[in-house]
Amino acid sequence: MAFFVASILLILIGLYAVLVKRNIMKIVIGLSLMDTGVNVLIISLGFIRGRTAPIVNIKDLLVNTSSKVVDPLPQALVLTAIVIGVAVTAVALSIVMLMYSKKKTLEIEEYKELKW
Amino acid sequence: MRKWLAVIFLILLGFFMAKITSSFPFGKEKWGVSKHYVDRGIEENRGSNLVTSIVVNYRGFDTLGEVTVLFLAATALAFLLSTCRCRRRYERREASLIVKTASETLYPLLILFGAYIFIHGHLTPGGGFQGGTVIASAVMLMLLAHFTFHPNHRALSTVEGLAGITFVLIGFAGLIWGGSFLANNIIPLGQWNRLFSAGVIPLIYVAVGFKVGSELSGLITDMINTTKEE
Repeated sequence: MAFFVASILLILIGLYAVLVKRNIMKIVIGLSLMDTGVNVLIISLGFIRGRTAPIVNIKDLLVNTSSKVVDPLPQALVLTAIVIGVAVTAVALSIVMLMYSKKKTLEIEEYKELKW
Repeated sequence: MRKWLAVIFLILLGFFMAKITSSFPFGKEKWGVSKHYVDRGIEENRGSNLVTSIVVNYRGFDTLGEVTVLFLAATALAFLLSTCRCRRRYERREASLIVKTASETLYPLLILFGAYIFIHGHLTPGGGFQGGTVIASAVMLMLLAHFTFHPNHRALSTVEGLAGITFVLIGFAGLIWGGSFLANNIIPLGQWNRLFSAGVIPLIYVAVGFKVGSELSGLITDMINTTKEE
């Protein structure tokens, strides 16, 4: 249960940073925090108490595997999500670099061109 | 004002998320389709690591899409940074002798460790993505310690392209001889828990390891080398 609470808190902290912070770097950090929170939530959904990792490398695990290991599917999904998270962070940081090279500031209030 | 609106919105959102997640029993069995993967995975794929057998075989098409997203991100980043006239405000200083010597010693070892991780992806925790990231971290260490270090960009993109083509070709080989895209019955499955086992899974994961390693190395090189002195 603590995992659910912690992951929801992480998601909310990240969303708070995205909504309220004025510094672009802090917004990117918020996006990354949200990503981590979602990953923790998905992983903890697949957790089963008292089970081992889904790696069948001893004879004992070969028979009746599903009563001895945790759910591997959320872990596989999170593996995908982590890689996509890296890609998103990299693209976001390069956009920040581009914005900084134009105006020499990281304050989001200074970028007024896209407001309508 | 905006801050308090955001806080109220977040409290509402947190309440609903807590309400939804509290209906899931924590730490209890909730098997869905993965019960089949767990119970019949060894029989069908012979890969000890069930996560690998899901990522590369059962959801292999999804992984192909994921590799494509990574490629797209690397391309977008290279394009964005090529239009950027980014300037550094500070002067880059030569690293100390200790850092330089240690990074030169660690560089081949880290690459070897990354290769070990992606070659054993079907037996131990790890795989192509993790091994590729370790290799990219080796390149990043060298880039930070020596600013005369330039990885060969053409070689990196060639390796990346070849690895991506290998993944797709293995998929098509499965379509031609195995009956479905990425089918795992075109080469013998081998014995459980041996290095040469699990059919095409290690081949695909080695290709993914090369692809992710060269892609992330190129990405880091782009990011570090586009900034010039003021």
